[in-house]
Amino acid sequence: MVMGAIWLGMILLSVGAAFGSGNTGVLTPAALEGASAAITLCISLAGALCLWSGLSKVMERTGLTEKLGKLMRPLFRRLFPQTSKDEIALGCLTANVSANLLGLGSAATPMGVAAVKRMQTLAGGTEATDEMCRLIVMNTASIQLLPTTVAAVRAAAGAASPFDILPAVWLTSVCSVVAGLLAAFLFGRLRRD
Amino acid sequence: MTDLLIPALMIGIAVIALAKKQDVYAALTDGGLEGLKLLAAIAPALVMLLTAVQMLRASGAIQLLTRWLSPVSGFFGIPAETLPLLLLRPFSGSAALAVGAELMGFYGADSLIGRTAAIMLGSTETTFYTISVYFGAAGIRKTRYAVPAALIADLTGFLMASLTAKML
Repeated sequence: MVMGAIWLGMILLSVGAAFGSGNTGVLTPAALEGASAAITLCISLAGALCLWSGLSKVMERTGLTEKLGKLMRPLFRRLFPQTSKDEIALGCLTANVSANLLGLGSAATPMGVAAVKRMQTLAGGTEATDEMCRLIVMNTASIQLLPTTVAAVRAAAGAASPFDILPAVWLTSVCSVVAGLLAAFLFGRLRRD
Repeated sequence: MTDLLIPALMIGIAVIALAKKQDVYAALTDGGLEGLKLLAAIAPALVMLLTAVQMLRASGAIQLLTRWLSPVSGFFGIPAETLPLLLLRPFSGSAALAVGAELMGFYGADSLIGRTAAIMLGSTETTFYTISVYFGAAGIRKTRYAVPAALIADLTGFLMASLTAKML
């Protein structure tokens, strides 16, 4: 529903602008060009995505996710003290965050959903707990170590070194996760008093 | 520094997997198939969205919007050209990817705008989609401060992306 409205809005906006400047003739060629550019983009992305998904699968099967999860447990005990008391919830949570770090999106979502479900069972009710909000922030602020899709798009657009944005991506990700968690802690305090 | 990153990862992952007696090649090709399926799944969305973005560009609507919004974005140090990406990012991953890819193509992948767009895409997520999937599945109705906290993280990401792109 939302996407339909956004899409229609974009088309209406461009038709309006074309009428305003009096060159309505550009619309149809642009529409067809855009459609064809999307397929060109997909083709140039396909190889890189295929390769990366293959490597991700190997990482997944070697149990790298569990290893990373174990390393992060001390941090999680601080961020999620209530959830940490429950082994199942803590397991889902660490699996979710480590899959996110490694960019294993298809593995991260089911584990994250399982973690929130387990947290809900423990807390009861239909209201989000403080720890659920923190988990949401960790998932909505991207913590992926290697932004492979973006690197593939950059390579397709002719970037000299597609991964040279890494330091900037890491710094930005760290700042946004920290800001989100700080905001969550602050909001949690404010609502409780 | 980043030149040997991917080759080193390929070697590292394969060595660990072989040491654990995993069928590395089967995993590579199984994963590769999943990657292609994922791409096929988002391809139609990319077509619809790039069609709309191309129309916005050709009609001059993007340029108009950029000019109107540049005083606001300039105040925050965000390039006005990246504002459409910023607005779509929390709602749709493929829409943001389409806008970002168009920006990188139009201004160049190594231009300041192209880099800013790439860093924004790499350090933020589809916030509203994620919240609805996670809370929807667990039956959480009252989301309390999850949305504002997540949006503060997004905003910080956009501001920092604009800043770090200039430092590269």
